[in-house]
Amino acid sequence: MDIQIREIHKGFGNFPALRGVNLDIHSGELIALLGPSGSGKTTLLRTIAGLELPDAGQILFGGTDTAPLPVRERRVGFVFQHYALFKHKTVQDNVAFGLRVRKGPDRPSESVIRQRVLELLDLVQLSGLEKRYPAQLSGGQRQRVALARALAIEPRVLLLDEPFGALDAKVRKDLRRWLRELHDKTGYTTIFVTHDQEEALELADRVVVMNRGRIEQVGTTSEVYEQPATPFVFDFLGSVNVLAGEVQGRHLRIDGTELTLDTDREHPAGAVDVYVRPHDLRLVEDSSPGLGAAVRSVQRTGAVVRLTAELDHSGETVEVELSHLDPFALNRRGGDRIRVLPAVYGLFPRAPHAALRTLPDVDPKSVPEHRERGRLG
Amino acid sequence: MAASANEVRPTPPTDAGSSAPPPFEPLMQRNAAITEPGWVRWTLTGVAVVFLSLFLLLPLVSVFTEALRNGVGAYLSAIAEPDTLSSIRLTLIAAAIAVPLNLLLGVSAAWAITKFEFRGKSVLISLIDLPFSVSPVVSGLIYVLIFGRQGYLGPWVADHDIKILFAVPGIVLATIFVTFPFIARELIPLMQEQGTESEQAALSLGASGWQTFWHVTLPNIKWGLLYGVLLCNARAMGEFGAVSVVSGHIRGQTNTMPLQIEILYNEYSFSAAFAVASLLAGLALVTLGVKSLLEWRYGDELAASRRH
Repeated sequence: MDIQIREIHKGFGNFPALRGVNLDIHSGELIALLGPSGSGKTTLLRTIAGLELPDAGQILFGGTDTAPLPVRERRVGFVFQHYALFKHKTVQDNVAFGLRVRKGPDRPSESVIRQRVLELLDLVQLSGLEKRYPAQLSGGQRQRVALARALAIEPRVLLLDEPFGALDAKVRKDLRRWLRELHDKTGYTTIFVTHDQEEALELADRVVVMNRGRIEQVGTTSEVYEQPATPFVFDFLGSVNVLAGEVQGRHLRIDGTELTLDTDREHPAGAVDVYVRPHDLRLVEDSSPGLGAAVRSVQRTGAVVRLTAELDHSGETVEVELSHLDPFALNRRGGDRIRVLPAVYGLFPRAPHAALRTLPDVDPKSVPEHRERGRLG
Repeated sequence: MAASANEVRPTPPTDAGSSAPPPFEPLMQRNAAITEPGWVRWTLTGVAVVFLSLFLLLPLVSVFTEALRNGVGAYLSAIAEPDTLSSIRLTLIAAAIAVPLNLLLGVSAAWAITKFEFRGKSVLISLIDLPFSVSPVVSGLIYVLIFGRQGYLGPWVADHDIKILFAVPGIVLATIFVTFPFIARELIPLMQEQGTESEQAALSLGASGWQTFWHVTLPNIKWGLLYGVLLCNARAMGEFGAVSVVSGHIRGQTNTMPLQIEILYNEYSFSAAFAVASLLAGLALVTLGVKSLLEWRYGDELAASRRH
């Protein structure tokens, strides 16, 4: 089922949760809504489900406006973060619930319901547990019961709110892969909410990056990672160094060093922020163009060597990630002189408060969270 | 919990670790490092036991011994007295009307407070507590003020030949007022804790409001509800103050059991008074027993609602 979201606004009291969201979702797609807490991703999901009513805007399912449809007539499969299983019902009664509450001719016979429940439990690989109560299941099993229950009503769209948020890392990883397989098998249009960029990139066909009630970028996983449209996306997906620079014609001046811009397009002259990921900073020979820096500390995690260095002129701190096989990484220690060159970078006009070293358009409260997440990638 | 054959499955992302909580163990079990010395423990326990026996157990035992002082025959004939039987009947009628009504009112109030956001919610919560904070005598007087001869609705009620004060309706009204908070207070914290996610899930699966209430909300609150009904019933049958004001003490007609006990006692028919009292005390014991049984059996579900 195609879903179109048109100019959705939604506020809670004085807090604008969604500020004009537009999004087209194709039938059969697996889409991730990614953003820090407070970015409006869950509100958007709940609005699509009909659990929240938008203040303005339209949501179309297959071209039809859903506004007149209350949540129970929308036929959406919603999976809650904490599963929201009916704890006094067995697994099979949980899954059968959506079919049993139907009325009149829509309600399948009890034998059909039982058949369908068994099929679904087989699909989510929980056969044999149908007589158990939710309390007797592990977190991952409960999550799959919730999924089977949502699938039972043959939803027009499957909505998952932080589906793996409450699970431990190992289970989360397995379940993620399994959900991808399930999606490929069943083909339901699926939207899931996550604040974990790794999860979004690994699982989704397309990622919708949200920040402060707006969509920052929509794209395939490689698009949003390799060509971030905004500083926020750059920072949120993976860690990043932000350097103050200045563009003049085809030249970029960073830290007192003139570099040639390798681009077809003319970039408007003026102060810019240069966003460069730690693994996109290359170490070069002393004779080549580059920024001189002094190594402050060296840290090795598995195959990655992480250098923290201080630029000569501005004293800005940069992080560089190298493979442990990189000849430049060998025997580095604090105090060493190095030369770094941004190999791949993003240029954004200098934000007014960039001088304070905070990233533009990021809710100060959410910074610690997404920075933390950012380092995982 | 031992992993059954079902639990260990090859492909799916199972987490073999079971989520069953570990068996309950007291925190300070024989840990000399963090418990008090023996004499402190024994003194504290002793004080508690002596206090409880003196103030709770002794009166209870004495009620039953007094009631049976003149033998079982006298006990039974005291209860079979027509006025006493009528008071028992009236008490049962009042409770039979007040408790179901409060069940409905309590569930609706708790539902409204926990599932909706609206203006004046905190005022409503305070209002629910009002009958607890107001003296029962005052509660009774409120009805006299409303339905009495000089009351606001008194003339209207008299014109239409409806008897409220000094009749069964007045007693029922007073009982409802006094016992209203029991069920609502029991349910509000329970329903607050459970939130609305299950209901939202039911709605998204296509259930109607009534189906959601019947199949999702009610099963979640049933033990708390039963607990509230028990307490409500015990109070409804034992209420003295408010009922005393509105009843008019007409023998064989508007006396409930507590009122009948008082009358018998004032007339120096002690064993009859204690015989009726023993019935009320018996009711209290049964309530306590059922309550303990519920707590023991469904402790976890009740824990959230234990406020008084």
